[in-house]
Amino acid sequence: MSILEVKSLSKSFGELKVLKEISFNVEQGQVLSVIGPSGSGKSTLLRCVNQLERADGGEINVCGVNMMHTENGKAVYAPKKTLREIRLKIGLVFQNFNLFPHKSVMENIIEAPVHVLKKSKEQAKEEAAELIRKMGLMTKENSYPCELSGGQQQRVSIARALALKPDVLFFDEPTSALDPELTGEILLVIKELAKEKMTMVIVTHEMEFAKDVSNHVIFMDGGYIVEEGDPAELFGNTQNERTKQFLRRYKGM
Amino acid sequence: MNFNDALSVTKLLLEYVPATLKLFFFTLLFSIPLGMVVMWLKKCRFKPVSWLTKLYILVMRGTPLILQIVVVHYAIPMIVSNAKNSGNESDFIDWLRELMLSENYMFITLIVAFSLNYAAYFAEIFRGGLESIPVGQYEAAQMLGMTKPQTFFRIILPQVFKRVIPAVSNEVMTLVKDTSLATTIAYAEIMLIAKQQMNTYSSIVPLFIAGLFYFIMNAIVTLVFMLLEKHYSYYR
Repeated sequence: MSILEVKSLSKSFGELKVLKEISFNVEQGQVLSVIGPSGSGKSTLLRCVNQLERADGGEINVCGVNMMHTENGKAVYAPKKTLREIRLKIGLVFQNFNLFPHKSVMENIIEAPVHVLKKSKEQAKEEAAELIRKMGLMTKENSYPCELSGGQQQRVSIARALALKPDVLFFDEPTSALDPELTGEILLVIKELAKEKMTMVIVTHEMEFAKDVSNHVIFMDGGYIVEEGDPAELFGNTQNERTKQFLRRYKGM
Repeated sequence: MNFNDALSVTKLLLEYVPATLKLFFFTLLFSIPLGMVVMWLKKCRFKPVSWLTKLYILVMRGTPLILQIVVVHYAIPMIVSNAKNSGNESDFIDWLRELMLSENYMFITLIVAFSLNYAAYFAEIFRGGLESIPVGQYEAAQMLGMTKPQTFFRIILPQVFKRVIPAVSNEVMTLVKDTSLATTIAYAEIMLIAKQQMNTYSSIVPLFIAGLFYFIMNAIVTLVFMLLEKHYSYYR
C-alpha cells in the first residue's frame, strides 16, 4: 500500500493554473525530493496534500484512506472526521518553523500529544525528552524559540511534528530560511530520519542534498511534473532538455 | 489662596477620588468584553452584521464622547415625555421612567456612554492584535490536529494579549482623563469639585491639584502596564 497516492491533481488561483494533472506515489520508507524553479508549483502541491490549500480536482489517498476525489468535475473532500484523522498521519515542517513563540521547547513538542492525542503530560514529556535528545537539544528544553538559532528552531519543529508519530513527514523548503552552516545540521537530522526508514517528502532547493538523501526525485516546472526518477539518473544523466537547463543553472551558482 | 486652603481643597478632592475610580473601573469592566464582542461582530461573515458594526464603530469614534454622554443622558427623559404626550404607555416606558428617577441614573448613563465609546476603540485594538498574528501560527496548529477553539485559546489569544498591551495602556490612560467629562452632566467627581473650588477661592490652584490627582493615577496605570509588559517579555 502506498503511503501517499496523488492522481491528476489540479489547482488554480483564479485564472492561474498552478498544478496541472499531477500524479505520483510515495511508498513506505521512501524519501522523495521535489525540486524545480520558484513558481513551479512545488509548495502548492505540498499545501494541497497537507490540506492547507483546497485542490480543484484529482484524487489524494493517504495510507489507503481517500482524502479527496473528483465527482462530476468537482473536488469532493472526505468528511471532517476523516480529514482530521488523515492530518494526524501527516507531519509538516515549515520553511519558517512556525513554532509557538509563547511556549518553551518542551511545551511546543507536547502541545499536540497532550491536547490532541490526550496523552498524559508525564508520558508526553517522556517521549518529548527522547525526541529532544535525538535532535541534539538536550540543554534547550526550557528555552523559548526566540532564544534559539534558526537551526535549533527548525530541529524543534521537526521534533514537534515527530511527536505525533506521523506515517509521513513533509518538509517545505526546510533550509531556505537558514544560512549554509545551519543548513548542514538540518540535513544531518533528515539523513538520520532517512536511515530509520521514515517516509519523507522534501521540497527543496538543495540539489546536492536531494541527490544525497532521497531515493526518488520529482522535477517540477510550470505546474507539471517534467521528469521523475532515480536521483543518480536524474541528476547525472537526464535526457530532458528542461531538466538539463535547470540543473546547469544550479551548478553554475 | 494660602497653604491651608490648598490642603483643605486637596482633602476635599480626595473624597471624590472614589467617584472617579468607580467610573474608571466600571467602564473597563464593561468596555473590554464588549470590545471583544464588537470585534467578533465586525468579523462576522454575515455582511449586514459586519456593516452595522462598522457603522457603530464609525459613529462612536467619529463623534465627541462629551456629545455621546449628553445624548445618552437626555435621550431617556425625552423618550419618556414623548411617550407620555402621545399617550403611549407600556411596561418598557415604565421601566425607563423608574430608571430615570433612580438615584444611580447619572452614573448609569455615564457608564453606558463610556462603555459604548471605549468598546469601539478596544474592538479595533483587539482586531489589530488578532490580525497581526502570522497565518503560519494557524497552519502549524492545524497541522498538529488542533481544533479551532484549541487554536484560538491556546495559541492565538495569548499572543494577541501580549501584542495589544501597549495600545490598551494608551486607551486606559486616556480613560483616566476622560472620566472628567462626567462634569458635563454634573456628576460629582474630581473635576467638577475642582471647578467649584476654583470659583469659591477665585484661584486656579484647585485645578492644579486636580491635575496632580490625574497625573498620579496615570503614573500608577503606567507602572501596572510596565509590569505587565515585563511579565510577557519572556518571549518575542
